[in-house]
Amino acid sequence: MARADEYLAWRTHLADLPDEQLETRFWELVDQIVDPLIDLARTHTSPSIERSVLMRMGVDSPTGNAVVNEIDKRGLLGHGAGHLVLHCAQKWDVDVRQAAARLAAGEGWDVVEKKWGGRDDA
Amino acid sequence: MTPETGEKGHHRPAKAPEPYAPAGARPDDWASRHPLDQDEKIDLDEILQGLEDYRPRRRGWTWRTPVEDQVIGPFSYRETSRSLRRSVPLPAAHYFANIDPQPDCVVTTEIASGRFEDDIRRMRMTAWHGADHIMVIRTAGQSHMDNLLEGTPEGVGGIAVTRKQVRATRKALDLIEDEVGRPINFHSYVSGVAGPEMAVMFAEEGVNGAHQDPQYNVLYRNINMVRSFVDAAVAKRIMAAVNMAQIDGAHNANATAREAWKVMPELLVQHAINCAYSVKAGMPPENICLSTVPPDAAPAPCVRMDLPYAVALRDLFGQYKMRAQQNTRYIESCGREATVNHVLNMLVSRLTSADIQSTITPDEGRNVPWHYNNVHAVNTARQTLVGLDGLRKVVKVDRDAPELKSKVRELKERAVLFLEGMVRDGGYFGAVQEGYFVDSGCYPETNDDGIFRKIDGGVGVGTVIERAADYMAPVCHHFGDNHLPDGLTKACDPVGGCTLCDEGLIPFIDELDPEDNVNVRLERTCELREKDLIKPEVQWAGDGFVVVTMFLPAQERVAEFAALELAKAMNLQEPEVIHKQVMHPAEGTLVEVRGRLDVVVDPATLIIPQEVQLVPEDDIRAYVKEHGLKAVAATVGNDEHSVGMREIIDIKHGGIEKYGIECVYLGTSVPVDKLLDAAIEHAADAVLLSTIITHGEIHRQNMEKISDLAVEKGVRDKLLLISGGTQVTDELARSWGMDAGFGRGTKGHNVASFMVEALRARAAEKA
Repeated sequence: MARADEYLAWRTHLADLPDEQLETRFWELVDQIVDPLIDLARTHTSPSIERSVLMRMGVDSPTGNAVVNEIDKRGLLGHGAGHLVLHCAQKWDVDVRQAAARLAAGEGWDVVEKKWGGRDDA
Repeated sequence: MTPETGEKGHHRPAKAPEPYAPAGARPDDWASRHPLDQDEKIDLDEILQGLEDYRPRRRGWTWRTPVEDQVIGPFSYRETSRSLRRSVPLPAAHYFANIDPQPDCVVTTEIASGRFEDDIRRMRMTAWHGADHIMVIRTAGQSHMDNLLEGTPEGVGGIAVTRKQVRATRKALDLIEDEVGRPINFHSYVSGVAGPEMAVMFAEEGVNGAHQDPQYNVLYRNINMVRSFVDAAVAKRIMAAVNMAQIDGAHNANATAREAWKVMPELLVQHAINCAYSVKAGMPPENICLSTVPPDAAPAPCVRMDLPYAVALRDLFGQYKMRAQQNTRYIESCGREATVNHVLNMLVSRLTSADIQSTITPDEGRNVPWHYNNVHAVNTARQTLVGLDGLRKVVKVDRDAPELKSKVRELKERAVLFLEGMVRDGGYFGAVQEGYFVDSGCYPETNDDGIFRKIDGGVGVGTVIERAADYMAPVCHHFGDNHLPDGLTKACDPVGGCTLCDEGLIPFIDELDPEDNVNVRLERTCELREKDLIKPEVQWAGDGFVVVTMFLPAQERVAEFAALELAKAMNLQEPEVIHKQVMHPAEGTLVEVRGRLDVVVDPATLIIPQEVQLVPEDDIRAYVKEHGLKAVAATVGNDEHSVGMREIIDIKHGGIEKYGIECVYLGTSVPVDKLLDAAIEHAADAVLLSTIITHGEIHRQNMEKISDLAVEKGVRDKLLLISGGTQVTDELARSWGMDAGFGRGTKGHNVASFMVEALRARAAEKA
């Protein structure tokens, strides 16, 4: 919606604020806008975030990509891709890179299903 | 010629450079063991070899080291930093003993031709001109790839940012920073739908800075807003872990909006959202840089309009860093116009502050930047910032001036009103859905021409998932809820370490594509490199492009097509007009044409005369002071030209008088016998004879005649006979009895140098 410049009419409540308080108000409003965004980030994840976790675990990107795609397909990304790979590595007594490689090759997903189920079970 | 005298073209600093010890470098790292030779090209094969084992020598951002009240040459500076070991000083520096003062702020250049192997060479060139922040632009479309790219595919509108490309570039920059003696910050983009992965890869590979701003994804890349913000927090935390500098994306609103000068309130809001979000994600404020552009350009009264914005910004964002970008919104194909706008932008930087001074190449308005335009842009910054050094010591922005004061206040109020509106309309997501951003109205004015995005739209929509009660990410520096087992020292303990703690875990993938990779590309140009053949280039080895500038006495459209015809006659392939400018509607047009010249020169076939080594100017002065030196000069024959001779003798034109040589100028059309008599009468050391080349060989006869006369009168060995003229050559002049001849392009220095050398040689003979 187009609107004419109503600055003078809109500013009346700010007119008497000293500069310092105006700046404080600016940053308070920014916090009000940003806080729900950062809360959302704290409590959510995404395929890219989960791939970044596997990368940090030393998994190469094509392998990490395949593993995260499959986890996402199974609706289990909310548990954390790194978590799933770690669980498998512990079960198989291999390191997490080897576990990720197996999962990327389509092997061993029964271990994942046993602990978390997944859409394919339904 | 020694560098100490500050002769033109010498690149080594006059003073011995301070030893360079790169911060964080391992004592015996690969780059330190393989220093570049400044007389050799960088070896791309060597860069590409052993990449799988190469590790960056440090992580994180480096600021310049400011030196207060630094004395360099005859001057003292207020806003400079430590000097370089090696550089190419500004062109006029040879008048100032080749000093090369470096501004206090980091200077950025943006390089991304699509082929990193060619960019590496350009990076080296720009570093020698003072760039220490090298930014690679990502290829169009990579931001929509929902994973990392591997290998080194060729990019369009930028390079494909991959691990191999990043590692090879960082390796080259490690060599280059050692060569110039100052750390170079390498920078790219943590944006798009693979942001967290880019952040990890950059952290692992020692990338020092990155753009990261979720708003950029939402507005300009149409990435789903929820995905963009959720990803951003994780990416920012990883960047913070390795002390990377972050630059936001707010300047794009300025570059995009229809009326760029009206988006100032919104710019303040965009900066604030990214700053606050970054801090909440764990990034220290000192690593957060605002990408701020003076929004206007002449013919607007831009400095007066932009200054209140710059002041308001620095008032509100005092704890953050300012990355002063240059205006791209109003860049056209005229490089001169772009350069002037950038200089005006830097006037604002120097009147307020800048921690990073970015540069935009003057050809950005007409093509993807070319090698030498990156160098030009860096030099525009170096020249302007050094030229404006310490300006605030003598000139102050008048904060109490009514116009400035009320404008600054108004901008802050409008920004607060913008934020209040956002809160009313449902916060950030609601405001974006309402088209708050990049509207060309000056808020609260709106023109309904902003960018509208839907919360349930965009690339990556529906991919964000709630973290479950048992969500776990067993790695370090992970933002958000993370249900790790109790009692861990480090988050990565359960998996035996993560790549941010143990670089040995970082995997490397070489080329995946058998066709589109660096080895195949280098193969195509290997002949040029191996045989050291020369082919012109603007961005890629062997691209062949040249530019021809021509004034055509024709109206604009006719001139454009005439220029293309002329280019074809010059054998230029694919000619294209890249700039045209009306000089007068009827009288003519300036045209610049680009075309490919498929010609290769083998330097082995060139006959290059040996460079004349001139006696240093100070030595000439000393000789003249000690021995005295007198010359009698004239234009001989029926020749009324005096310009050439005046340029050689007049102090005003840099002629030989400036060394203290006494000159008697007899005028034009002087007979040679009169000239010789005058030389004898004045007891001169030298005769300077200026002549044009004539069909009747009068020039030859004059030279022979004066030489013969001098022999007859017994003064030949007391006099230096020197002739000059646009078509005179030394060889011919000597064959006609002269001691030397000077042609086109001769300066007083050449003549004085010869005189001193010849007189010294004669003295040595006698001794």
